[in-house]
Amino acid sequence: MDKPVREQTIQEIGQILSGFERRKENLIPVLQRVQGKLGYLPQEAMREIATYLDIAPIDVYGVATFYNQFRLNPPGRHSIKVCLGTACHMKGGYITLEAWKRRLKIEPKQTTPDREFDLDTVACVGCCTMAPVTVVDNKPEGQVEPTRVDGILLGFGHDYTSKESKQNDQ
Amino acid sequence: MTNKDAAVQAAYDEIKHSAESRAQELRRKKAVITVGAATCGRAAGALDIIKAFKEEIQKRDIDAAVIEAGCMGHCYAEPIVIIQKPGNPPIVYGRVNAVIAERLINEYILGDNPCPEFVLGALEASEGLPSFEDFPRAKYEKQIILKNCGHIDPADINQYIAAGGYGALAKALQEKPQEIIDEVKRSGLRGRGGAGFPTGEKWQGCRDAPGEQKYIICNADEGDPGAFVDRAILESDPHSVIEGMIIAGYGVGAKQGYIYVRAEYPLAVERLETALKQAQELKLTGDKILGGDFSFEITLFQGSGAFVCGEETALIASLEGEVGMPEHRPPYPATRGLFRKPTVVNNVKTLAYVRHIISNGADWFKGTGSRESPGTAVFSLAGKVVNTGMVEVPMGTTLRHIIYDAGSGIPGG
Ligand SMILES: Cc1cc2nc3c(=O)[nH]c(=O)nc-3n(C[C@H](O)[C@H](O)[C@H](O)COP(=O)(O)O)c2cc1C
Ligand code: SF4
Ligand code: FES
Repeated sequence: MDKPVREQTIQEIGQILSGFERRKENLIPVLQRVQGKLGYLPQEAMREIATYLDIAPIDVYGVATFYNQFRLNPPGRHSIKVCLGTACHMKGGYITLEAWKRRLKIEPKQTTPDREFDLDTVACVGCCTMAPVTVVDNKPEGQVEPTRVDGILLGFGHDYTSKESKQNDQ
Repeated sequence: MTNKDAAVQAAYDEIKHSAESRAQELRRKKAVITVGAATCGRAAGALDIIKAFKEEIQKRDIDAAVIEAGCMGHCYAEPIVIIQKPGNPPIVYGRVNAVIAERLINEYILGDNPCPEFVLGALEASEGLPSFEDFPRAKYEKQIILKNCGHIDPADINQYIAAGGYGALAKALQEKPQEIIDEVKRSGLRGRGGAGFPTGEKWQGCRDAPGEQKYIICNADEGDPGAFVDRAILESDPHSVIEGMIIAGYGVGAKQGYIYVRAEYPLAVERLETALKQAQELKLTGDKILGGDFSFEITLFQGSGAFVCGEETALIASLEGEVGMPEHRPPYPATRGLFRKPTVVNNVKTLAYVRHIISNGADWFKGTGSRESPGTAVFSLAGKVVNTGMVEVPMGTTLRHIIYDAGSGIPGG
């Protein structure tokens, strides 16, 4: 699935790495920086990081999969994260999540086939008073009830409600 | 007072003086407009309001300042704007939009009509307008660590200093480390991160543990769903937490601190980065703080989103680059923590109290709250209450009072 990472990417990773001391405690900051640059953590990147920090690749992989901030596949263009903290749960966050799943036809942690949207859940983003919250491209949106789901998608020029959704609009 | 102490005090007086003269400049303006722009305020449109005010002010060439502040705790009325005109009490407006912003400029800032229809309350008693002291929640409210929140610009260290900030640090550096720990012990402060461990005892344990290298960690992982107080403090008054950390470092003899903050709180991360940079520039962190003998570095570490990391041993593992799994205790981190060195882990709120205890003394602190646990508690009211928000009350205040008097009860209940 993972396309081979280009030469240039390897170089970029090397550049990021050279800014860090070769100490294990830098693993998470390094992973954050690489993901910040590439949008995800390709396998090659994890191998490079393991070699540089002198730790086993399996340990890098273990850390990358333990923390849900990290992703191992290329991200979609827009990220949708539905808050399922207590307050949002009480105000129907899971109903909102159902609406997103229905519209995007994917499960949390998946990406739409056209690579436009990622769906995920988060635990409390800290603005419970606006529950239910959905974080759209890193901006928390308050009171996202199912009816607003379509509105947000329309705002991106996507009408997933109709049969011929404009899935290929760039 | 030794010469060294005098030099530390002089260095502080100098930055205090410069911060105060900036504050005075602000007070001479025709109006100071403070907009609550923490995460939730922003989600409610605060940034648009700021833009509207700024554009209007520029267009008409009005001598007014617009300040981007943090969180005042009145979530139910976001976006919130405070307008301060010389000679008038500061007035708080709620649910402001661009149209209201324009009217406030026309009628109140340029004219004389405070537009009572949009007023939430005045911050001081005033004629003709409701004041916050008349609110039911005012009866129970007692602000210590929320006092600055929503009133100062968290991205401007001078506003924090003008409000007395870093005065406790300057004072602490002129005392012996053990005296600082004794004061915190006497205050009876207990950790606000959940377990309620006495903070002074924890510091003492770390101070007494053998070893040169010691660490202070600020736990800003705020894992409890429904809690947003730590985030609000970091976004609104980041220096209060930083000052507490430096004082803790001085007390226990640590030279390095880490702030472990949730990556899901990007605005808090940004505020902390700015605050740390500004503190470093004024020599309030780093090498030889305020020209004295004490040095302390603070590193920001972004947590990666795993619920257990709020637990201190898991948090330490994460800082070491490991998978954050809680470990068996003892040994406690105070004797064997980060990199197996003695480490104090304290919650955001716990650290925010420290400066007040050092400035005002343990007895002052014990004057609020209960005997077993002095001070205040901060609650986030979210979900099923009418007036959602954040409220700081003396320890021991019953939940009933908080929900019914501060939060105006349950809708339809
Ligand atoms: C599962 C679990 C989650 C925790 N989450 C947090 C948290 O989010 N924030 C926090 O400050 N303490 C949390 N704690 C408590 C910390 O382990 C630690 O006791 C606390 O940070 C110490 O600071 P204090 O003495 O200032 O309270 C958690 C504990 C457990 C067992
Ligand atoms: S916590 Fe409440 S008062 Fe604070 S910024 Fe958010 S909505 Fe506003
Ligand atoms: S529970 Fe959703 S923002 Fe806090």
